Order: sequence, then C-alpha cells, then structure tokens
Amino acid sequence: MSRSFTRYTGTMAPLPIQNIDTDQIIPASYLKVTDRSGLASGLFSRWRYRDGDPEGEPISDFVLNRAEHGEARILLAGDNFGCGSSREHAPWALVGYGFRAVISTSFADIFRSNALKNGLLVVPVAEDVSAALFDAVAANPATEVTIDLKAQALSLPGGGETNFEVDPFARRCLLDGTDQLGYLLNQASSIQAFEAANPARLDTRSG
Amino acid sequence: MSAPRTLFEKIWRRHVVSPEGVTAEAEGLPAIVYVDLHLVHEVTSPQAFTELVERGLPVRRPDLTLATMDHSTPTDPSIDDARLRVLDPEGSAQLDRLQANCERYGIPLYAMGDERRGIVHVIGPELGATQPGMTVVCGDSHTSTHGAVGALAFGIGTSEVGHVLATQCLLQHRPKTYEVRVDGRLQEGVVAKDIILAVIARLGIGGGTGHVFEYTGEAIRALDMEGRMTVCNMSIEGGARAGLIAPDEVTFAYLEGRPMAPSGDAWEAALEDWRSLPTDEGAAYDRSTTLDGSALEPMVTYGTNPGMAIPIAGAVPEDEAIEPEKRASFRKALDYMALEPGQQLQGKPIDVVFVGSCTNSRYSDLVAAANVLRGRKVADGLRVLIVPGSDAVKRQAERDGLAQVFVDAGAEWREAGCSMCLAMNGDQLAPGQYAVSTSNRNFEGRQGAGGRTFLASPLTAAASAITGRVTDVREVLS
Repeated sequence: MSRSFTRYTGTMAPLPIQNIDTDQIIPASYLKVTDRSGLASGLFSRWRYRDGDPEGEPISDFVLNRAEHGEARILLAGDNFGCGSSREHAPWALVGYGFRAVISTSFADIFRSNALKNGLLVVPVAEDVSAALFDAVAANPATEVTIDLKAQALSLPGGGETNFEVDPFARRCLLDGTDQLGYLLNQASSIQAFEAANPARLDTRSG
Repeated sequence: MSAPRTLFEKIWRRHVVSPEGVTAEAEGLPAIVYVDLHLVHEVTSPQAFTELVERGLPVRRPDLTLATMDHSTPTDPSIDDARLRVLDPEGSAQLDRLQANCERYGIPLYAMGDERRGIVHVIGPELGATQPGMTVVCGDSHTSTHGAVGALAFGIGTSEVGHVLATQCLLQHRPKTYEVRVDGRLQEGVVAKDIILAVIARLGIGGGTGHVFEYTGEAIRALDMEGRMTVCNMSIEGGARAGLIAPDEVTFAYLEGRPMAPSGDAWEAALEDWRSLPTDEGAAYDRSTTLDGSALEPMVTYGTNPGMAIPIAGAVPEDEAIEPEKRASFRKALDYMALEPGQQLQGKPIDVVFVGSCTNSRYSDLVAAANVLRGRKVADGLRVLIVPGSDAVKRQAERDGLAQVFVDAGAEWREAGCSMCLAMNGDQLAPGQYAVSTSNRNFEGRQGAGGRTFLASPLTAAASAITGRVTDVREVLS
C-alpha cells in the first residue's frame, strides 16, 4: 500500500452529509479481518448496496454508483468527517477503493491521524470553499481540482487556489516516505533514558 | 513555585520523552509521549502484530500491556468454543490470532473462560490497572473511559497500536484543554448518562475536536467512580479523544485493594503523588463551558448521532430549529429513524432493550436497572438483553441476586462482552427495529443493519423495558 502523497489532480465524488462516522465508512461486520486488504467492497456498503450486501443490487443514486463519479478518487464530504470509532479499517477501505484524498470542513482527530498514516490526505477547507466545490461538482461532475501537498494548496474550479493546513510531520512523512515507526525506533536511547528515570508502577503480569 | 497547571498539563509533562519540535530543523515535530498502559483487544490489533513480525521487532514492554477478548465474543451462554467455530469462523480466527500473538510476545491475555475477562474499558479500572496520572491507550475510541480515574487515556489506530507495541511511545501533538463544568445537584432519576448526553447535545459531536475535556463541578464530584466512567467514556462522542476527572478520595477508595493497584508503602507513595495531580487554582483552560446539573432531565437521543439528544419529555426539533446548512443531514437522520419533526419520543413503541457496553455495564448500572425491574415484568413481545461488562460483574450480580431479578422479569442474562453495542458478535437488531440502548452510539446500522437506536441511561432503559415504550423512569418509580 502506498503511503506517500505529493500531488494529485482529479475529479471529486460529492457526499454532502455531515458527521459521516466510521461505522458508515466501514461497518463493524467487516472488522473481523486480520489483514488490511479486502475492505474496499465494504466501503459505505450500507449506503452503496441494497441491504448493505456487496453481492446485492447497487443503490443507483449513491454517489459511488453513479457513472459520472465512478472514476473520482477525491471524496468531497460534509463537516466532521470520520467521527466515531478509531477503526483504521476506515482509511484502509477508502484507500483500498482508490481514494487518494478527502476534502471536508473538518475531520475527527483519530480518523485524521489514521488517514495520514495510510497515504490518504485529509484536506480541511473553509465553509465557503466547501460550498463552492459542491456547487462546481453539481454543475459539472467532470470538474477537476489539484491537491499539491508540498505547496499545501488546493486549486479551485473557478481559478485560483486555497491553502490548507496539514500536520507538518505527517506532511514530511507523506512527501519523503519517512516511516513513522522507523522514526520512533530511532529514538530508542531517549526512550531508554526515560524509562530509567521513570520506573513503572504497574506490572500487568501481576494480575 | 511553578505556574498553575491543569490536570492534563501535569500528566502530559510527566510523559514527554522528547518535546514537540523546538529547533528550526525540528519545527512541527510531534512530541514523543510515553505510554504507561497499553490495552489490547482482538479487533484492532492483528495488523499491528503482523507489522512487528514482518520487521522482526519485539514488544518493548509486555509488562505494560494487557489483552482481553470482548468485541466479537459471543454473549449467548449456550455458544461454546466448538459452536463458535461453526457459527463465526472469522471471529474465531481473530480470537485465535490474538491468543497466538500474546503467547508469542509474552503479553498477559484474559481469554475466553478467564474470570478476569471482560470489556477492555470495564476490566482496566476493575483490576486497578488504570491509575491516576497514567497515560493509557488502546485501539478503541472509548479508551477515554479511563480518564475517570484521572488518567490521560485515549483511543488510537492500529498503526499506532504497532508503534506502542514496538516502542511503548506515540508521536503526538499536544491537544488543547476544555473544561466542562457541571454545577448543582442532579434531580431524582437523572444520572451520569444524562449528564454526558446533555453535554454532547450542547457542544455537538465535533465540539471537542482537538481538545481533552476535563469534567469539573459539583455534579461531577458527586458521581461515584462508575458514573464518572460513563461520563468520560462518551468524551469521544463529543469529539474529544480524552476526558479527565481529577482524582479524589472517591477515586482512592475505589482503587485501594484492587489486584493491580499499589499496596503497602507503594500505596502510600502513590497516594501522595496522586494528590498533587488535580488542576491548580488559577490554571487556565483553552476553552470552558458550564451546565446547570440541577436543570438536567433524563435524556434520550432521537437521531443518528449522540449529539441528537433531547430531554425525555421533549420533542424532536422542528426544521426551523436546525441551522439551514444542517437540515439535509437532520432530515436524513429522521428518515432513517422513521420519525417526524416535532414528534414526542415518550410512548414510542420499541422492540428491544439493551443494557450493556463499556458505557453502562458495570455493577452499579445493573443495580440501577434491577431496582426498576425488581418484582416487575418486561413488556410482552419485548426482547431485553442484560449484558454485564465483565466476568467479575457477572459473578457479583449472580451472587447478589441481581441476575435473578432480571431473569424473573423476563430479561435475557448474558455473558460479558461488547455485544449489541456494535453488533459484530451476532447480537443485533433486525432491520427497522427500535431499541432503547445504554450504549454510546446511535449511528445508522450501529446495532444491526437498519436498526434504530435510542440512547439512554440504565434507568430509562429499565423503565422502557417494563412498558415496551420509551418511558420516563420517574413515572415508573413514582
């Protein structure tokens, strides 16, 4: 799975719903996997298929089932995207489907952290920008935007661009492929020193 | 004398292995934060262990790690291991994987049949493993529960589970602080669950994003430990990854003598330390809000997120009460719930009552429900599940006669586990069914595809079990 992101240009799939929780992104019935793969078919399955069954009939008016948005790899979503459960299966499912980025006015903390660790860029925008993007996609589903992580810039359909915030460390990791666990492992001497100075009060093996 | 600090700041400072970026080169680098206790369960850990195996890494501190099985375990007493393998081969495989991973790395695991087993956020405090001043993490958003003992506790993703297994540390930016003050004394019939539902209704489900809540005020101080756990548990439903309550004599009395709590001289030393944790006079929070606890009423949700809650005697809001840009989502929620704007919830017929989950499955929750149900019968045709949060809670309830109260009333007395809170173990609503549930999330399909959830307290759930309708407990008790 690619965990890098530099720049992406493409169309958007609009999902103008607020507070999309991770249970909608990937229902709990998909959480019995022991690896990261195979989750794409569960993505939004309860909105995407009749009875939530990927083997069943697609719900034709759901955005991912509409021909004009079938190729979109940027999700344009309502406020507070990714709230609820900490399941990293949510970004795994989005990435597994092919999404590269999610644009919203805000993101839940744990989802944001999980997404950025999986190469899925979260792009927070102001309300007026979000509204303009939804309008542009409604008028023309083929509307493209460019997300440039290095410049932290999102091109706007009517011309111009807007800057967006991203955690600087996550940005660095996405741009140059820094591995976060590897970075932590390199701090072993600091961790060891901390442990020496702060002996644990607990031993879980004593229960 | 140092500057006044909040409880959060004190815990944070104690756990910083290396601070957030200070040099120009390191600008924007997150802090490295040490984790005192890492709780693990079957659902969010397998991919993290795989990462360790692939990289050939050991678990750095198995002695600070504790695993249990809760999310996908059966709560039907008739399902044994052999039957589970047939009924749910995927879930069984996941449980097997946790067992194998814990054996491989020497991590203590409370597997099926172990009398210490239970919902991860019930057993942590129950065993005395979660203690004031600690940092506690788990691959589960309701880790915020442990903030009730004055620990900084928050949910993490599976990548981070791997980070903690390998290094006992996390990369974190320091969150902001948010004081949620609840003054006054609660009325009869109003309990911890009603406080937190009212808080979330006030702040909105994204209101605490980027913040750690600290709950203060008379109504919070008056709660027992299990009530405090209910409040902190749902911090994440207000968008805050963690919620804290300052440790006090109630906390210490709760912890003393528990299996993993310090004892002897170590207990005295710990007490002295813990007494220094509460927020100092004059310390500043980034944000604050105050609620009048004495004005709160039993709360119930009507929509598809926990912020869509109203006093039980109230009505679903009218369209005009909802901000225009939120109306479409509001209408979508009501469509899902098959409710109308302006509709009363009280008296609404229901199909299922669920008493359980890491929010409300502790002994005192069962006592509250049993006090309402004692000598009464559940309504005809209603399914009532009582699911204790841990094996220890279950045994105590059986010893003390609570279980018999439930059985006599016609409720199902189940094995410990997460059960119908997230419905991944077969305990679930049928499409279209309504449930009054003591759990934490009323998201679409959370308790089963097409199922509709009214979140409420154990008192409200028990009262509704008797009538088969959404019911104000004060009417049943009066």
